[in-house]
Amino acid sequence: MTETGPLPELNQDNAFFWTSGADGQLRFLQCGDCQNFVHPPRPRCATCRGENLSPQTVSGQGTVHTFTVNHQPWLPGMKVPFVVAIVELTEQPGLRLTTNIIQCPPEEVYIGQSVRVVFEQKEDVWLPLFEPEEVRS
Amino acid sequence: MKYLEKEAAITGIGISDVGRPLHRSGLALTVDACLQAITDAGLKPEDIDGLASWPGRSEDHPGMSPVGLMEVKESLGLKLNWFTAGGEAPSQIASVINAAAIVAAGYARHVLCFRTVTEASSQTKSRRASVSGSAEKRVRDDLQFQIPFKAMSASQWIAMFAQRHFHEYGTTKEQLGWVALNARRHAAHNPRAIFQKPLTMDDYLGARTISTPFGLYDCDIPCDGSTAVIVSRKEEARDLRKPVLRIEAVGSAVHGRYSWDQYSDLTSMPAQESADMLWSRTDLKPADVDVAELYDGFSFLTLAWLEAFGFCAKGESGPFVEGGQRIGLDGELPLNTQGGQLSGGRLHGMGHLHEACTQLWEEGEARQVPGRPQVAAVGVGGGPVAGCMLIVRE
Repeated sequence: MTETGPLPELNQDNAFFWTSGADGQLRFLQCGDCQNFVHPPRPRCATCRGENLSPQTVSGQGTVHTFTVNHQPWLPGMKVPFVVAIVELTEQPGLRLTTNIIQCPPEEVYIGQSVRVVFEQKEDVWLPLFEPEEVRS
Repeated sequence: MKYLEKEAAITGIGISDVGRPLHRSGLALTVDACLQAITDAGLKPEDIDGLASWPGRSEDHPGMSPVGLMEVKESLGLKLNWFTAGGEAPSQIASVINAAAIVAAGYARHVLCFRTVTEASSQTKSRRASVSGSAEKRVRDDLQFQIPFKAMSASQWIAMFAQRHFHEYGTTKEQLGWVALNARRHAAHNPRAIFQKPLTMDDYLGARTISTPFGLYDCDIPCDGSTAVIVSRKEEARDLRKPVLRIEAVGSAVHGRYSWDQYSDLTSMPAQESADMLWSRTDLKPADVDVAELYDGFSFLTLAWLEAFGFCAKGESGPFVEGGQRIGLDGELPLNTQGGQLSGGRLHGMGHLHEACTQLWEEGEARQVPGRPQVAAVGVGGGPVAGCMLIVRE
């Protein structure tokens, strides 16, 4: 089990995102008119202002855009070190998630690394974490 | 177009004791700073008819903003024609950016702007300053996309921007270190600075890691203190005690995504848009700037502001600060002359503005930049938060 931070409060806008991992799939809101992915969830597409938005499944594949190896325990008892990363999803430039890279020693994480989503359930939330596509040779 | 901020001037500044901790209330510190600023301008409390702060009273983080406008109004018996405070605004100096427009519009003649922090005395073992989220509460705002992943501190978010800058431009940890070393050597000449003992590159590199590439000395230091600034109509400023410091141009833009991870170029952030706006409102150029006070809540942010203002080319801020000569008190661009927040204490942006005015009024004493500086650049904020200002001594 990966240790997590305080969880999000679910509401009608964000619940699909935070529970998407229940079937192992990652979803983002996508505009049915211009195909733009909208994240965080909003009532309109910020590109075309269309309201024809619905959650759509994505591949769950991406690359590490940047990362940090955290050594400071921010809450009492927090286990360190761990990797916080911003992962850019394959589907759209700039579509990114702040997340953790797991199943990989912190010193082996690198910018440009291919990663795939893996979910960690905590209470009613499925957190999208990422692991390396393959072990670096 | 007429740029009306040029009708505004900074006429007085004040700063309370700064320490960790001071064991005095935030309001008491605020009143000290405000009265000092009013006196500095040659005004009386009766003359103040505007009041502004950022972000207003906030309970979200311990000691992050413990004082509201009305407590100050009531403490000083102010008669206000205009007032505002709020956190959704272009940076921690937004109160001053707003006040410039307000005095130009004639809503008020003299606006008192303040920012108070009591982070040193408010943090406890389980509730540290500037850590977002708590184990007991679910996250409601957009930080829900950071905090569940234990990304609970701006040090982590901004460390990732620095890491990306390293990756794209070859910036090094030692270059980052020069921001911290420069701050410390200037702090040695600032009796109010929290850290005054010399800091060597070995000390810097050997400090414990917070979140790579940031070590302890890449992060500023929570403190107690209050800073105040008076913004007046320029025509009124001419009759006051001190030389007129005209607000030459402001930058308050955010065009890209307002986000800690969706912004297209994480190595520049809206600081770039804010500085671009500033330069579009003045005939002055980066080479005209005599002193720069650039936000250093984290060392990397100063590099980002150097590039945003165009003091060096994009990606070149590492080599620009390396060795420290260029950014020393007698360098071509004296930088963070009071010790910044890294060594001076986290007065949260307003300390940088206070220092810019101090330098332009030649009140810097042992840390005074030689040669009668006339133009100061102030850039404040990090991540999606950005605002900046160019101040000219007339």
